[in-house]
Amino acid sequence: MNEMTPPSSEERAKGLKGLGSARKRVEDVRFTQGKGNYVDDIRLDGMLFGDFVRSPYAHARVKSVDKSAALALPGVVAVLTAEDLEPLGLHWMPTLAGDKQMVLADGKVLFQGQEVAFVVAEDRYIAADAVELVEVDYEDLPVVVDPFKALEPDAPVLRDDLAGKTEGAHGPRRHHNHIFTWEQGDREAAEAVIAEADVVAEEMIYYHRTHPCPLETCGCVASMDKVSGKLTLHGTFQAPHAVRTIASLISGIAEHNIRVISPDIGGGFGNKVGVYPGYVCSIVASIVTGKPVKWVEDRMDNLMSTAFARDYWMQGRIAATKEGRITGLWCHTTADHGAFDACADPTKFPAGFMNICTGSYDIPVAYLSVDGVYTNKAPGGVAYRCSFRVTEAAYFIERMIEILALKLGMDSAELRRINFISKEQFPYHSALGWEYDSGDYHTAWDKALAAVDYDGLRAEQSERLKAFKRGETRKLMGIGLTFFTEIVGAGPVKNCDILGLGMFDSCEIRIHPTGSAIARLGTISQGQGHATTFAQILASEIGLSADDITIEEGDTDTAPYGLGTYGSRSTPVAGAATAMAGRKIRAKAQMIAAYLLEVHDDDVAFDVDRFAVKGAPERFKTMKEIAFAAYNQPIPGLEPGLEAVSYYDPPNMTYPFGAYVSVLDIDVDTGVVDIRQFYALDDCGTRINPMIIDGQIHGGVTEALAIALGQEIVYDDMGNMMTGTLMDFFIPTSWETPNYVTDFTVTPSPHHPIGAKGVGESPNVGGVPCFSNAVHDAFKSFGLTQTHMPHDHWRIWRTAKELGLHG
Amino acid sequence: MSKMHVKLTVNGREVEGLAEPRTLLIHFLREDLRITGPHIGCETSHCGACTIDMDGKSVKSCTVFVAQADGADITTVEGLTNPDGSLGVIQEMFKEHHGLQCGFCTPGMITRAHRLLQENSAPTEAEVRFGMAGNLCRCTGYQNIVKAILASADMLNAAKEAAE
Repeated sequence: MNEMTPPSSEERAKGLKGLGSARKRVEDVRFTQGKGNYVDDIRLDGMLFGDFVRSPYAHARVKSVDKSAALALPGVVAVLTAEDLEPLGLHWMPTLAGDKQMVLADGKVLFQGQEVAFVVAEDRYIAADAVELVEVDYEDLPVVVDPFKALEPDAPVLRDDLAGKTEGAHGPRRHHNHIFTWEQGDREAAEAVIAEADVVAEEMIYYHRTHPCPLETCGCVASMDKVSGKLTLHGTFQAPHAVRTIASLISGIAEHNIRVISPDIGGGFGNKVGVYPGYVCSIVASIVTGKPVKWVEDRMDNLMSTAFARDYWMQGRIAATKEGRITGLWCHTTADHGAFDACADPTKFPAGFMNICTGSYDIPVAYLSVDGVYTNKAPGGVAYRCSFRVTEAAYFIERMIEILALKLGMDSAELRRINFISKEQFPYHSALGWEYDSGDYHTAWDKALAAVDYDGLRAEQSERLKAFKRGETRKLMGIGLTFFTEIVGAGPVKNCDILGLGMFDSCEIRIHPTGSAIARLGTISQGQGHATTFAQILASEIGLSADDITIEEGDTDTAPYGLGTYGSRSTPVAGAATAMAGRKIRAKAQMIAAYLLEVHDDDVAFDVDRFAVKGAPERFKTMKEIAFAAYNQPIPGLEPGLEAVSYYDPPNMTYPFGAYVSVLDIDVDTGVVDIRQFYALDDCGTRINPMIIDGQIHGGVTEALAIALGQEIVYDDMGNMMTGTLMDFFIPTSWETPNYVTDFTVTPSPHHPIGAKGVGESPNVGGVPCFSNAVHDAFKSFGLTQTHMPHDHWRIWRTAKELGLHG
Repeated sequence: MSKMHVKLTVNGREVEGLAEPRTLLIHFLREDLRITGPHIGCETSHCGACTIDMDGKSVKSCTVFVAQADGADITTVEGLTNPDGSLGVIQEMFKEHHGLQCGFCTPGMITRAHRLLQENSAPTEAEVRFGMAGNLCRCTGYQNIVKAILASADMLNAAKEAAE
């Protein structure tokens, strides 16, 4: 290149590391050296440690709590019980789902592991000793762990506090263990279509109880400064601003006197959205003792008390013509919420976005009803790497499609194809009330099936089956198909709020005089790489290098208000706010550039990193020059400075989608599954950082693998939680995890400023049915219609035995 | 509880302290020495977030008493950074290949990878997957961790050859 040739627009754009760049992560320099700052790394002067006395019973009266022996132990500072919290009105707290939850056992306990007393001591060892010394006298009560039995007329009453209350947060309650009934769609029309249909498939689809289980458990450090009256709360919060507002509302401390800081978070996956008794007790303990108080769960605490996910019993009926055109869908779900309804769903959606259960298909008539039920299990119903029950919905419809295909005797790939919403139908209004923003399902499906040589796989499978029947192999081959549509980016404030807090998000940008910048957001990364990707969005919007832009999140004293990171909402909502704030910067920069270039505002145009005079590209001002002028040159009619803030209320959700194919070899004698192949095509609209997208897919599919093939939270009939350690709760290692093949199409969101849709949860939503469908597919020639997850070795072995494959 | 005197070498530095006999090594490292790279993820030796290198072996420091480490030579992830403050080869390769997301398992992963490559300087992919199976990650699906470790082996071997 001639030395005098100025760099082209493309070259300059590449240098910015903006949208589409596989930029390396800026976070990693810290993390790879062990210099992250997680909540348990925080140590404040005089800090005390809190630990819980937990209930060994799933349902019992608490007759007395004797804390004298614990208090007598040197180093123990306080032991809190419900009696201590009651005068403050803090023995109960609101859940994010409009229910209330005991902070410490108030007269009874409702699940094993429930918090009964909070011990505060000088170190964690003394606290653990003191927990053993607190004597609690229980009188056990009948236990209900089955949500269907919980709704029987003579079932034990779990929630004494709700006695006589026939109206709950989400409408009428018809039974003492009933929480809500949520209905969507047209019941009469759906039932009429089903009654008249050529073909109807009916099945109970159970999505078992599991847990997000991030590698870092939940925790906090509460520090009440009695001199300033200011409470600082460090914690593993996926929604720091919401925590601040809720802490203010329940404690009575003015919101400006509460500073919530989410430091580095070691994975969230929905576990760290809710408000937990540990946070409330730490705050109270800090107020009582005048010292900072740290509470960090151990793994068993985490698995048995803070959050669980799924536990949906979905009775489905799907109707079709004999040619396979779907005419109607009906679903009744029994949702086990445990002892308290502690979902984190938007208020108007007590079953989350379960009404996306028509999936990717043009189904003219549909009906959904969901009954929420109390049982003697841990509270929750959180969205584990999922946008509010989308994964349940996707699992439901993708199983129903397979079951319908069996009934029709059709190939399920073809059944999907003839029922997809076609490209021309977008924006598409679903029978259950959503407006899908954009999609091109046929193209994605064809690309996926071609990539894996679907016809070749089916031919191989058929040969394998023959060999199996001839006794030449004991391994069956299963091909798992899934086409999913996600619904993420909650959400439009008109219908999305949590406890009245609108689900917008925000970005505030300050450009420094020398042309670097800091941007703060209402979200918080838990591994998603926000510091890397949000700088990329801005780099493309404002023409400064991503390397010169600091992204800061998680400190409510400095960040603009936002609802945090979960439900794949960061890119759709805060990402949009970032682009919009960037555009405000650019609008002012345009005026400054025009002034400096002595032309009219309309006579300059933005070009990557500069404004240039239209028709005279050699006359330009770079954004760096403009930034300096913004602060240091008087410009008539303009205030100094270059800052912007945007609060973005999205007009709609975004609808990422994907086509996944898995191939399993299943040993019928041992139940061992060998994952031969996993292909994931994702369409998340505009792609910000392909490296990070691939990483999200790898991780999310691995979580799906865990859920589909072994991971579950199990209770026995007495309500004993059987899966409290990583010995019992399955997390795949590098040994059983395969390599994944990723692929993509790009269908931008028409309403998002940069067309991005979000991707983090897609692989979990699509991955679970993909693995499960493969297991079912392997056995379908032997008459298997539906068997419940997780498909662990034992269950697969049992399926093979029940189907007579063990001879 | 009476305390005992312990003396050990951590990342090349001799350190000593008083600790109850029941004190776990991970707590001594994190709370007494303020070496917070190793993390606590399970307390039952399953997750490997607390992995350190002790006398030439990978050890899960959540299930070792500091008393057992008296006199030991310990390396944590902090000790794998180059003396000039730049990232060590394995650290650099984790960054290069996107082998981490939330970063919580990363110190244990890198410390284990360091020992794995001492034990086997040219592992196959299967050997890496088997050798790393004691360290859990919830974010990455391991694919890029494996890639980063294989790339580290190549880099380290190339550097060794160049030096010979």
